[in-house]
Amino acid sequence: MMVYLKLFWEFLKIGMFSVGGGMATLPFLYDLGEKTGWFSSAQVADMLAVSESTPGPIGINMATYVGYTVGGPLGSVLASVGIILPGIALVLIITAMLEKFRNNRYVEGAFYGLRPASVALITAAGLLVAKITFLDEALLEAYSGGVSGGLLDLISWKAVILAAALLVLTRWWGPTKKLHPVFFIALSAVIGIAFSF
Amino acid sequence: MKELLQIYLASVRVGALTFGGGYAMLPILQKEVVESKSWNTEEEILDYYALAQCLPGLIMVNTLGLVGQKRRGKAGALAAGLGAITPSLIIITLIAAVLTAFADVPAVQHAFAGIRVCVCVLIFNSILKLWKSSVIDRICLILFFVIVLGSLFFDVTPIAFVVAAAVFGVLMTAARTPKGGGAA
Repeated sequence: MMVYLKLFWEFLKIGMFSVGGGMATLPFLYDLGEKTGWFSSAQVADMLAVSESTPGPIGINMATYVGYTVGGPLGSVLASVGIILPGIALVLIITAMLEKFRNNRYVEGAFYGLRPASVALITAAGLLVAKITFLDEALLEAYSGGVSGGLLDLISWKAVILAAALLVLTRWWGPTKKLHPVFFIALSAVIGIAFSF
Repeated sequence: MKELLQIYLASVRVGALTFGGGYAMLPILQKEVVESKSWNTEEEILDYYALAQCLPGLIMVNTLGLVGQKRRGKAGALAAGLGAITPSLIIITLIAAVLTAFADVPAVQHAFAGIRVCVCVLIFNSILKLWKSSVIDRICLILFFVIVLGSLFFDVTPIAFVVAAAVFGVLMTAARTPKGGGAA
C-alpha cells in the first residue's frame, strides 16, 4: 500500500515541477530511480526508447512504464494520473485569467530562468545515459577499485561508431533527416543484435 | 454526459495518434476539435498550445485540458486528461509486460544496448532544439552550466533547481523593471 501512495505522490511532484514537456520528466525519473532503488538508470533509458517508439505523449508513456515497473497495472494508472493532475488543476485555475497570466512580466521572467534550467537538467540526465552507454561499466568499477589499465579500453567503440552514424543520419543527411525516431530506434535494435552490443 | 464522453474520446484519439508529443500533436488536435467538432477556432488552439507550454506538466495534456475546460469546465478538463492517458496505459502496460518476460534473453539485451545509443543521440538532438529558444543570452548560458554541474556533482532533487531558476528569473525581471513601473 505504502509503495502505491509514494508512487502517486512522486508523480504528482514530477507533474508539478517538470516544465517543458515529456523530455523534461527525464531528470526527475533518474532522481526517483536513484532515490528509491525502484529501477536503474539503464532501465530509464530503455523506457525512454519504448516511449519514443509507441503512440502517446512521451511523458505519459514514461510515467506509465515506470508505474508498471514499480507497481504493476495499478502502479501505471497511479503514476500517469499523478503526472497529469497538477497541470489539469492549473489549467482550471488559470483559464479564469488567461490573458493576464500570459502577458505578465513576472511570469515571463520566471520562464526566462526556467527554460535554461530545463535544458540543463535534461543535459545532465543525458550525460548519465551517455555514461552507461559509451563506457564499459564493469571495467570502470575495476579501475576505481585500483586495477590499472588503458583509458581507451573503457570506451565502447561500437557504440561510438553507431552514435556517429546516427548523428549523421538524424541531423545532416537529407533523405533520412525527417524520418520518425522510431525508425532509428528500430535500426539501432537490429544493429545491437547483429553486432552483439 | 454525452459531451463529456465526446471530449474523452477526442482526447483518446489525439493521444493514440500522436507519436512523441509536442508539435506532432498539433495537426491531429486541429483535425479533431477544429475541423470535425468546431469546438475551437484555429487561433484558440495555438493560444492553448502556447499557454500549455508555460504550465507545469505535459504540454499535450494541458492543451487538451484547456479544450475540455472550455466545453465543460472542471469535468471537461478532467475527461480530457483521462482521455489523453488512456492509450498510453493500454499500450505501454502490454509492452512492459512482454518486455519484462523477455528481459533476460540475450538478443533483447543486445537490442536495448543498441537502442540506448540511439536514445543518447535523440536526447542530444532535442537538447539542441530546445537550446535555441531557451539559452538566449549570456546569463542563461551561465545558469545552464551552473545547473548541469550542480546536478551532476551534488545530490540535490531537480525540484530545487527548477524553483531556484524560476525565482532567479523573477528577480532578474524585478531588477530590470524601473521603479514606479513603465516599460522594462
